[in-house]
Amino acid sequence: MPQSEVKLLEVKNVQKVFSVKVGTFEKRDLHALNGVNFDIYKGKTLSLVGESGCGKTTVGKVILGLYQATKGEVIFRDKDIAKLSPSARGDIQKDIQMIFQDPYSSLNPRKKIKTILEQPLKIHTNMSKRERKEAILSLCDDVGIDYSYLERYPHQFSGGQRQRIAIARAMMLRPELILADEPISALDVSIQAQILNLMMDLQEKYNSTMLFITHDISVVKHISDYIAVMYLGEIVEYASKKELFANPKHPYTKMLFSTVPDIHTPLATESVLKTGEIQSPIDLPKGCFSQNRCLYKEDSCMQTHPELNDLGDGHLARCPLIGKF
Amino acid sequence: MNALLEVKNLKTHFFTRQGVVKSVDGSSFSIQKGEILGIVGESGAGKSITAFSILGLIDPPGRIVDGEILFDGKNLVGLSEEEFRQIRGNEISMIFQDPQTSLNPVITIGEQMMEAILYHHKGVSKKEAYNSCVEILKTVGLPAAQKRMKSYPHQLSGGMKQRVVIAMALLNNPKLLIADEPTTALDVTIQAQILYLMKKLSQEFHSALILITHDIAVVSQLCDKIAVMYAGRIVEYGKKEDIIFNPLHPYTKGLIECLPKLNDEKKRLYQIPGIMPSLLGLPSGCYFKDRCELADEQCDIYPEKQEIDGRILFCHKVK
Repeated sequence: MPQSEVKLLEVKNVQKVFSVKVGTFEKRDLHALNGVNFDIYKGKTLSLVGESGCGKTTVGKVILGLYQATKGEVIFRDKDIAKLSPSARGDIQKDIQMIFQDPYSSLNPRKKIKTILEQPLKIHTNMSKRERKEAILSLCDDVGIDYSYLERYPHQFSGGQRQRIAIARAMMLRPELILADEPISALDVSIQAQILNLMMDLQEKYNSTMLFITHDISVVKHISDYIAVMYLGEIVEYASKKELFANPKHPYTKMLFSTVPDIHTPLATESVLKTGEIQSPIDLPKGCFSQNRCLYKEDSCMQTHPELNDLGDGHLARCPLIGKF
Repeated sequence: MNALLEVKNLKTHFFTRQGVVKSVDGSSFSIQKGEILGIVGESGAGKSITAFSILGLIDPPGRIVDGEILFDGKNLVGLSEEEFRQIRGNEISMIFQDPQTSLNPVITIGEQMMEAILYHHKGVSKKEAYNSCVEILKTVGLPAAQKRMKSYPHQLSGGMKQRVVIAMALLNNPKLLIADEPTTALDVTIQAQILYLMKKLSQEFHSALILITHDIAVVSQLCDKIAVMYAGRIVEYGKKEDIIFNPLHPYTKGLIECLPKLNDEKKRLYQIPGIMPSLLGLPSGCYFKDRCELADEQCDIYPEKQEIDGRILFCHKVK
């Protein structure tokens, strides 16, 4: 990982275990996160990619404080916030804001847009009414919301406009870190490009840092500086965007990339059927977690759980067989 | 050769309190035996309503107000519910977007599947039906098929459920399969598996396939022909190679242009400005003119149909 850049947030060996009911009297542990490590650098975008159920949203929620980590540390401004609830975090909380996937459920349907946008300012700042209004109007210009929209309710808007409003709300307090959890996957293709461009513009203007959580690899190509690939609650590969796309090393990453539909590549072949599905995080396999989906596995993969190795130039991968297949 | 399905000037309108919503307003396309047709467009473009119209699933206040749907030479418009029941799930089957909601949660997979056979083939015994179900579950690559027959939908993952839905759709060896966003709810890895399966099985079963999706990349990987819909009308329709690699309509061009690409470095994406107009307040003239860079006064009249090298196009600005 690059030394020249300033770390804004460090996630260190974070584990999260949920207790789930599997029968009337029986409870089992669901290992959502099994030791996640990564750093986010100031002003940069880190993308977390993976299939549904790999734990990427859980990471976001731990950072935001919606879940408390079972083990591990999340260091933000020299303070470990991994086990603090949002209210125990005090001032830190306003510097971490989230943009949710579904703008239909993330905006309160009974509140006018201006109330939705004013709320964060009322809670976290001492601004006067006039100052709040000015702040809202100036942000409306930034995200492309017409002033007349402020008097309306969320149901009067399309998905793309709602997502603009949700982005405006997240930006209201000029947060240092923005967590965006699948912010465009509920939108139409032609609107996705608009929202992505908006997010990149805002990031540049306010020099904010972003953790972008998505399953959509073609989007990641555009917005990220660094990419972490997750599988079953752990990072299996981490590299800069350029390096990862030019040179994916981990078998799981390779498989994931090969299945992304693209107008210039033909449909996957018969071998795609061998790649299977993500496993249950209730019964974690012994050895390598992705063994069942790997085309190159050896006997040793079923015995020992591999470590995340540095392959040089900040490219990390969790597979001992790299270079051998 | 006669087309398997020929849709001629289909108009499906919804008569709501706010006004007439022209969800499908004059679509024409055809599909040959064994062909794969992709219908692409944004939400509200009329893709799903086109499919529902073919299957006679339009409920009031909606109505097919004009046009013909010729399936094997027979017009489906105006058939009775009883006549449609003989066709649905038998000659034409449909795969819906969300496998979670298209399976009945309180009936086992086996019972739901066998019903499809027993309903359409009165002479078939339960045992024969059971065997064909197990057989087809194996064909779609579901492990432990016999065990799965006894499972309930909630016991399966999203990808497995969609396999069951596909298996069910193929049970009666339909001549036409309509898949409405079959992989939108799934992960890319599972999507690739399902798309591969659909292509392979439609070839094996000699079924024609209509794939409805918003994802132009998926369409380009699977389809022979593509129809691009916008605000209830087809704006461009032709062979896949033409549409994907040489799009002529400004909307199609925009859709392909705004896909994220690997080779450009963190640059702004191409974006189509604005949003699709509401079907209740369509502009006069070309529906795309407010978002189109080429639009001028000529576009205040809806463009006539043009045919350029076998592709059909509605735009004043392309000659």
